[in-house]
Amino acid sequence: MGTRGYRYKTSHSLPGPGDGGNTGSWRVERPVIDLARCTPARQGKEACFACWLYCPDVVVSRTIPPEIDYEYCKGCGICAEECPTKAITMVDESVYHEHGEG
Amino acid sequence: MHVIETGNVAAALGVRLAGAQVVAAYPITPQTPLTEKLSELIEAGEMDARYVPVESEHSALAVCIAASSAGARAFTATSANGLLYMHEQVHWAAGARLPIVMCVANRAVGAPWNIWNDHQDSISQRDTGWIQIYSCDHQQIIDDTLKAFRVAEATSIPVMVCYDGYLLSHTYMPFAVPEQEKVAEFLPPFQPAYALDPSSPANLNTVTLPEVRLDVHGELAHGYMEIRYLLQEDLRNAVQVVEETDAAYQEVFGRGGVPLVEPYRCDDAEYIVVGLGSLTYQLRDVVETLRAEGHRIGVLGVRLYRPVPDAAIAAALQGAHGVFVMEKALSYGYEGALCSDLKSALYDHLPDKSEAPFVKGLIAGIGGREIRTADLADALRSGLAGSIPDPNWIAIQL
Repeated sequence: MGTRGYRYKTSHSLPGPGDGGNTGSWRVERPVIDLARCTPARQGKEACFACWLYCPDVVVSRTIPPEIDYEYCKGCGICAEECPTKAITMVDESVYHEHGEG
Repeated sequence: MHVIETGNVAAALGVRLAGAQVVAAYPITPQTPLTEKLSELIEAGEMDARYVPVESEHSALAVCIAASSAGARAFTATSANGLLYMHEQVHWAAGARLPIVMCVANRAVGAPWNIWNDHQDSISQRDTGWIQIYSCDHQQIIDDTLKAFRVAEATSIPVMVCYDGYLLSHTYMPFAVPEQEKVAEFLPPFQPAYALDPSSPANLNTVTLPEVRLDVHGELAHGYMEIRYLLQEDLRNAVQVVEETDAAYQEVFGRGGVPLVEPYRCDDAEYIVVGLGSLTYQLRDVVETLRAEGHRIGVLGVRLYRPVPDAAIAAALQGAHGVFVMEKALSYGYEGALCSDLKSALYDHLPDKSEAPFVKGLIAGIGGREIRTADLADALRSGLAGSIPDPNWIAIQL
């Protein structure tokens, strides 16, 4: 099975998950949310969502609590930088690979 | 209607007839009068198009890429170092499959600075994935320019129409201008394969990974390699599209018939000279002279250089005893690029290699060095006698 029948002859991507390929594999560090510090998680209602707002790849959900799609998260760290309560930590991916979870 | 005008004006009139909607260019000799003419026509309201003045050739083609991506018929023109400065975008336009048309008024490239004619500029773009057509006179320039839009849009591949700087760009010749009312029969309005639409945003030609991927619809989308293969496949098939386009043009306007190669007195020829552009018309005089001396010789102009019409070239040369390839450019470090392509075509298409003609390369007119008909005749006489001049650059004085 190949791509001959694909609708375009060029590279064409639409806004949405997956149209840049499986970019999660690019990640060196993984953003991990500490729910004890995360504002919407602590308050149990819609609030803050700075991580969702700033994520350039739209892989953080606007949910309670916010969730990160590691299939496509490139690990840029902007969410961790912007989080006002420092709830997001960038963790070296090797930690997960060593435990066979990567 | 017949007019007496320059080759640059012939190209400009072809672009107007085609109804180009966006023209972006930067002045460079000897192309400048072409886009000056277009800017005059647009300014005077005689052509319904947007002229975008830019600060460089790189930007000129970038504007055309954007315009074409938005579904507009786009045109640019350049020469020499302008074309080289554009080079990154030249590759891009082909990879993005945009049916842009560009005229190249052929000029030597620096260093050293030289504004005169040879073919090094466009030949050095042969691997970019564009279709390249070489026009030999003013009539072919206007006809080829108009045809180029149809070929480009039928294949989603950009087309370069190349013609000799000064020798054609600045000389005046009579030629027929196709009737505007008949153009619609030949060239329908541009129907882009895809056009950017603000109500349905998309990213075009972003980073494309080596491997195929599932897109947002869950369909298997191309990796880089598939996209590039399709360009190559469609370019190879474009030989036929160029032929079909020429046939359609001939039906409407009554001119054409030599879309791939243009033979002159080749039918019974033992020896054939092969070249590109106006040189091949000049060689007709030489052929007459040598025929009068008893040599059975003809000349074959290669009109379509990329994609290489290899089967047509091999068929035209089959049966000849010897072939001389006369070029105004070369792949430095080896030989003329056309010479290599031609040998390759013969090797692929002639079943019995022992019957293949010998192929000798000659270089002429580099940087506008005067190509005297007498010098061409002398070089060929020497070749017919079994030894081409050494060095094989005609009229070099070292």
